[in-house]
Amino acid sequence: MLNIEIDGRQLQAEEGEMLIEVADRAGIYIPRFCYHKHLSVAANCRMCLVEVEKAPKPLPACATPVTDGMKVFSRSELAMDAQKGTMEFLLINHPLDCPICDQGGECELQDLAVGYGGDRSRYTEEKRVVRDPDLGPLVATEMTRCIHCTRCVRFGQEISGIREMGATGRGEHTTIGTYVQHAIGSELSGNIIDLCPVGALTSKPFKFAARSWEMADVASVAPHDCAGSSIRIQTLRGKVERVLPLENNDINETWLSDRDRFSYTAVNSGERLTVPRIRKKGEWQETDWATALQSVADGLLQNVAKQGADKLAGIISPTSTLEEFYLFQKLLRGLGSNNIDHRLKLADSRDDGRWASAPALGMPIKELESLDFVLLIGCNLRKEQPILNHRLRKAVLAGADVAVINPYDYEFNYPLSVRAVSSPSGMLQSVANIIRLLSDKLGHDVPEDVIPWMDPTRINQQHRALADRFADRNSKSALILGQLAWLHEEGAILRSMAKTLADMAGVSLGFLPEANGVAAWQAGCTPFSEQDKGLSVADMDAAEIKTWLLFGVEPELDAAHGGQLLAALNDADIVVAITAFASAGESYADVQLPAAMFAENAGTFVNCEGAAQTLSAATTPPGDAREGWKILRALAGYLDLPGFDFDTVSAIAAAVDAAGAPSPGYGMGSLSGYAKTEHAGGENLERIRDSLIYRGDAILRRCEPLQRTTDNPPPAARINPQQASRLGLEQDAKVKLMVDETSVETPVVLDQRVPEGCVFLPIGYLETAALPGSASVRLVRS
Amino acid sequence: MNQVLSQSVRDAITRELQKYPAEQQQSAVMAALRFVQEENNWISREAMDAIAEVLGLQPIQVYEVATFYSMYRLQPGGKHQINVCTNVSCMLCGSSEVISHLQDRLGIETGQTTADGRFSLNEVECLGACGGAPMLQLDRDYHENLTPETLDALLEGLD
Ligand code: SF4
Ligand code: FES
Ligand code: FES
Repeated sequence: MLNIEIDGRQLQAEEGEMLIEVADRAGIYIPRFCYHKHLSVAANCRMCLVEVEKAPKPLPACATPVTDGMKVFSRSELAMDAQKGTMEFLLINHPLDCPICDQGGECELQDLAVGYGGDRSRYTEEKRVVRDPDLGPLVATEMTRCIHCTRCVRFGQEISGIREMGATGRGEHTTIGTYVQHAIGSELSGNIIDLCPVGALTSKPFKFAARSWEMADVASVAPHDCAGSSIRIQTLRGKVERVLPLENNDINETWLSDRDRFSYTAVNSGERLTVPRIRKKGEWQETDWATALQSVADGLLQNVAKQGADKLAGIISPTSTLEEFYLFQKLLRGLGSNNIDHRLKLADSRDDGRWASAPALGMPIKELESLDFVLLIGCNLRKEQPILNHRLRKAVLAGADVAVINPYDYEFNYPLSVRAVSSPSGMLQSVANIIRLLSDKLGHDVPEDVIPWMDPTRINQQHRALADRFADRNSKSALILGQLAWLHEEGAILRSMAKTLADMAGVSLGFLPEANGVAAWQAGCTPFSEQDKGLSVADMDAAEIKTWLLFGVEPELDAAHGGQLLAALNDADIVVAITAFASAGESYADVQLPAAMFAENAGTFVNCEGAAQTLSAATTPPGDAREGWKILRALAGYLDLPGFDFDTVSAIAAAVDAAGAPSPGYGMGSLSGYAKTEHAGGENLERIRDSLIYRGDAILRRCEPLQRTTDNPPPAARINPQQASRLGLEQDAKVKLMVDETSVETPVVLDQRVPEGCVFLPIGYLETAALPGSASVRLVRS
Repeated sequence: MNQVLSQSVRDAITRELQKYPAEQQQSAVMAALRFVQEENNWISREAMDAIAEVLGLQPIQVYEVATFYSMYRLQPGGKHQINVCTNVSCMLCGSSEVISHLQDRLGIETGQTTADGRFSLNEVECLGACGGAPMLQLDRDYHENLTPETLDALLEGLD
């Protein structure tokens, strides 16, 4: 501990700390532009100059390490003169366009100009003008305003890991940009809007929408991934205008993914459903709540009486709240059905009985930073969970190594120590081979049940490297299964093997739940209950379900087995869709009940580390739309179900028997009872499924700005170029993809990242939604 | 490896890389840019991208270096580059006459290239030869104590 004095106050500081950090901690404000606590020190703006005793000239507080006994004056004449001088230079080239600048009111330059700027300019020469680069649909540019602090450049280098912005030219001619036309592709790109101290980088979707001071501000949680980032939702006269990160050092620090930042645009989408609708003789008719609820209740009761409750099923979006999950399952169980699920990405439910508690990360998000080794299986962490990935990236920069076993060669923003890319069935073989190598190394018996999947002749260098890494007991390691593992057609086998491997190696096994999935488990939105086991989402299609209750979902686009569910929904007697969007389920639903969505409803969000946070309503839903829990409560009333008399969300939350922090409670990893499937070759390709970052839920698919980013390619069947030439296919060739009798058409894209023998076809596209989910598809030229 | 860079440039970069430790390969960027310019007379976008790929950099990092230094030519220019110093010493000793003489003789302004593609005329800052002011650099050579006559003689001898 060092003792220093700033402006007469005695303060304590750590060795190596910069002056500005100590001042910030003590609440002493030193003006700054380029300094940011999560970025490296550039010391290029000189706004933070302060006087230091015995120093001959003012020193930059952001780049001056403290020394014992240092005496600092941040507001002495020398300091103020230096700061004013810097300010005058910065303003020389800055346009006086504050009235038409979106940053106005929250501009660090504007604020400091008030404090340190002159009231008139002495500069009469020409000002510089800079051309604006087009950075894509999210970030608007006005580079004449740039003060060259390089925060955005350092962000690319240090945080997002892809250096896209740069400072080209020199001196007066320096410009910040991409130099060549280039839409920025980082999933964290929106953060440069917050970082930019001036109006050079602003939000495109928010352009000219409101002034910062006239908006109301509500703290909430972003619902699209399992991190549950803390956010501020800002509204003007009831309209959601913008979402900003709320600092939360346990979860998102000061950052926010683009997905969470811009998903609010769907709240204002023209597709919102504002009145209940009933389909009569094929025509949609608007109606009032009483009529709609009565007809839903009648329909449900009649069908249950006629066909039995086992022909009734409910699917709820994992982005819903704990309270909605609870009432949803209570309603269905009240009607006698256990066919309840939220796990839309689940393709293989054979291991349903093994879960002791919710799939979860198994450690605090923060702790990812301190791991030495992580193996990701079936996980494109960077796009799946941008905030978790950022933590892991920090670990890598500190020396950790991250390896992947993936069915598609995804690009990461850090180096991977092992990149084992193979077909989905090859992934099983890889894990099995690693188990074999590791058992040899540790002197264990090779687990019998895994033997069928092992192929000692195909053990490769990557398997050896991973086994060696797991054998190293001195490192803090983890094994994490991601979305591609849920979407894996033989996911139960993959999970079981991962469990065997993790146990053998003595490392933590984590799963990345879908969005608010942990809350869904806690609230009972899974098909298992104490008494009985119902059907999981992966099995509902085969059971001739005739009555469906859908909550915030579009199963044909959300689910691993979307094609099967679409067929079942088309075939159903009654489909009730509680939805925020008129277009959701429009083709197969019989009744649509207009629901609130995120930003309009309150509730609880439990993230993958088990932290419960509160979602708040920043505004009211449009028209007659109502909060989900109120709709479910009202419907229960029409159904005469007892136990729904809750008046507030907190009363519902209190009723949920929330077991403490979830541990990844996966039972033993035995594979007895599972058979190895052989995958045919030729025209039959193994299907690789993923759900792309901006197509994962009904809300995201209606965010127009996100839909226009480079992360949202048009639908296509991606195959390896060698594979394509063997099949006689060229880029953009139209092909037919077939599973049994069903086929869809789509163009081919040649892609080196797809392993041979496979076709990469993500879910979430209307054009290919009809194709049933399966391990393999037949691909022929159409 | 990519095809934009010639074999000799790639060899030169490989040799250059040996001067730097493995994690500092990006240090070769300046030399790499110079090799390309020496061979092609200028550095294209494609060449910068190729250098980025070879050195494991993001393209923008190469653009930053290339645009920072005025001696990297990012546009095609004349076969001969005439760089006239117009900094203080040269200015006091008559660099403006040197410039106007060259402008008249070549029929171009500074910053331009003759129609036949033979000469580019540039103004540059101090080249560290103030003792011989006014001076210019023709391609790789310095020429000092210039007069209209020595300038004419200089240009006459060129192809
Ligand atoms: S664009 Fe903004 S963040 Fe980037 S250098 Fe300029 S002022 Fe700084
Ligand atoms: S904040 Fe210290 S120099 Fe910019
Ligand atoms: S001023 Fe011309 S060489 Fe120095």
